[in-house]
Amino acid sequence: MSYSKPKFKEKYSNFINGKFVPPVGGDYFENTSPVDGTLIAKYPRSQKEDVDNAVDAANAAKDAWGNTSAAERAALLSKVADIIEENLEEFAVVETCDNGKPIRETLNADIPLSVDHWRYFAACIRAEEGSATELDQNTLSMNIKEPLGVIGQIIPWNFPLLMLSWKLPPALATGNCVVLKPAEQTPSSATLLMEKIADVFPPGVLNIVHGFGPEAGKPLASSPNVDKVAFTGETTTGQLIMQYASKNLNPVTMELGGKSPNVFFNSVMDEDDAYLDKAIEGAVLFAFNQGEVCTCPSRILVQEDIYDAFMERVVARTEAIVQTSPYDVNSMVGAQASNDQYEKIQSYFKIGKEEGAKVLTGGEAHKQDGDLAGGYYIKPTILEGHNKMRVFQEEIFGPVVCVTKFKDEAEAIEIANDTLYGLGAGVWTRDAHQLYQIPRAIKAGRVWVNCYHAYPAHAPFGGYKKSGFGRENHLMMMSHYRQTKNMLISYDKNKLGFF
Amino acid sequence: MKRVEITDRAAEIVKQLKAKHGDLIFHQSGGCCDGSAPMIFEKDDMYLDESDIFLGEVEGVNFYMNQDQFEYWKHTHLTVDITEGRGASFSLEIPLGLRFLIHSRLLTKEEDAFFNMKA
Repeated sequence: MSYSKPKFKEKYSNFINGKFVPPVGGDYFENTSPVDGTLIAKYPRSQKEDVDNAVDAANAAKDAWGNTSAAERAALLSKVADIIEENLEEFAVVETCDNGKPIRETLNADIPLSVDHWRYFAACIRAEEGSATELDQNTLSMNIKEPLGVIGQIIPWNFPLLMLSWKLPPALATGNCVVLKPAEQTPSSATLLMEKIADVFPPGVLNIVHGFGPEAGKPLASSPNVDKVAFTGETTTGQLIMQYASKNLNPVTMELGGKSPNVFFNSVMDEDDAYLDKAIEGAVLFAFNQGEVCTCPSRILVQEDIYDAFMERVVARTEAIVQTSPYDVNSMVGAQASNDQYEKIQSYFKIGKEEGAKVLTGGEAHKQDGDLAGGYYIKPTILEGHNKMRVFQEEIFGPVVCVTKFKDEAEAIEIANDTLYGLGAGVWTRDAHQLYQIPRAIKAGRVWVNCYHAYPAHAPFGGYKKSGFGRENHLMMMSHYRQTKNMLISYDKNKLGFF
Repeated sequence: MKRVEITDRAAEIVKQLKAKHGDLIFHQSGGCCDGSAPMIFEKDDMYLDESDIFLGEVEGVNFYMNQDQFEYWKHTHLTVDITEGRGASFSLEIPLGLRFLIHSRLLTKEEDAFFNMKA
């Protein structure tokens, strides 16, 4: 079965104060599909004035919204979940068109997971409580959680609706108003969502402003009228946003990517069974979402005594990947999201080869015919080398994995941690001791053990080292969007006696 | 000898951006999404200190990289180029529908001796 490019309007607007409004300056940019290079639609090229209007609307709405009951907010979040679910196929096709990822993924991962994140935080906010402690017989300390106010959120293009659904629900559930800027490569699913949920929240609670980073992202990140900024992206922009936040003394959370090791111990090959099959798939998950995942398992570490046998199976499985039209439900790897990513990945092939990496499979663009000739396709690629090579150290953000071998546990840990980043890691073993000890020794915020690339709403996600700080998902996320109001109450009728 | 150079077409864009924004710097980003690419900002927009390594000047613009990242890059020669594209960072060329990118090659023996074996 195959889908086709969905219909779009000629141009779209920002969503500010409950209404679709065109950009003040009247400028738009053209958004194209990486599937075939064709035009999708025009989106607002917003400037500071548009961002300020959205921030003002959010500030005007924050007191009333912050005082709504948890039950009320949860009901609205659930409503959003239901609306996305009812239109799952429509969202999936739009996402595939805008991002280039295969329809198989949007139908089964991006959109259903988005639905679940809205539902999860609707549930969390109902179940959660503050705390009270009797400090002594006459003194009660009461902790009330209050919203921060207005949140600025800047999201990436690799999972457009899912990243939106990671960021919005916890901020809204906790009583904040939000101004969100989608990535300029992928503005479509956020816009479709606003069309479907335009009347769900009171005006000003949720605002979407489109535009370019230097023109719209920077004014949002540096606005003195925003109380917190949450960002997913890369290190230099992360550093800039922290600078702006330091001027406003605002909190920030940062998710900045990684170079995640996926470690395979020799026991995985003790049997040729379902588990080994799962482990091989686990290694090939580097190609998931065209490798455009912050946690892409982009370094495979294999114990030396199984290296040849294991990699033979991994290469064969990689070469069995079907890469046709992203609209075809059988296609497993789609298009890279933009031309510059496509070029960047190929520049890494060049430096990788120069540094002496051996291409085990792939290593070049994947030319497609007909309508897809204008798209940005890369063959899933395995490079063999050592961990000091640049291809082992930098996030390529393509379907590219670098593989090397290790002798023992100590060397596995050393290589795994020899990276600037610490977002994700995978550990594969049948050894009960390694199952616990190795993940504990790896400096990363998420270690998948005998699995990879699962992102349940109920498990906290975030980075160590240069991968950032703060967590996403899980109810602990709500603390990132709130102040603690401590009320210290005396029930003692008697004075202190000082004055 | 230079560690970092720039193609003519990229230099042309740098000239345009300088005319519009004044003094600029390049900072090489790492990490996900639009990372692993050079970004260009107004000179005073980004706080720099001794943890930012100065690699050289291209078209009158200083090129910097974080020290930790430099450790893994210092054996390579960089060329700043430009391509059609759309980044989501704050880099100033993005509204032009263009993105800077880096082409790398290994330093020659002479270059490596010159840059990395001093003292």
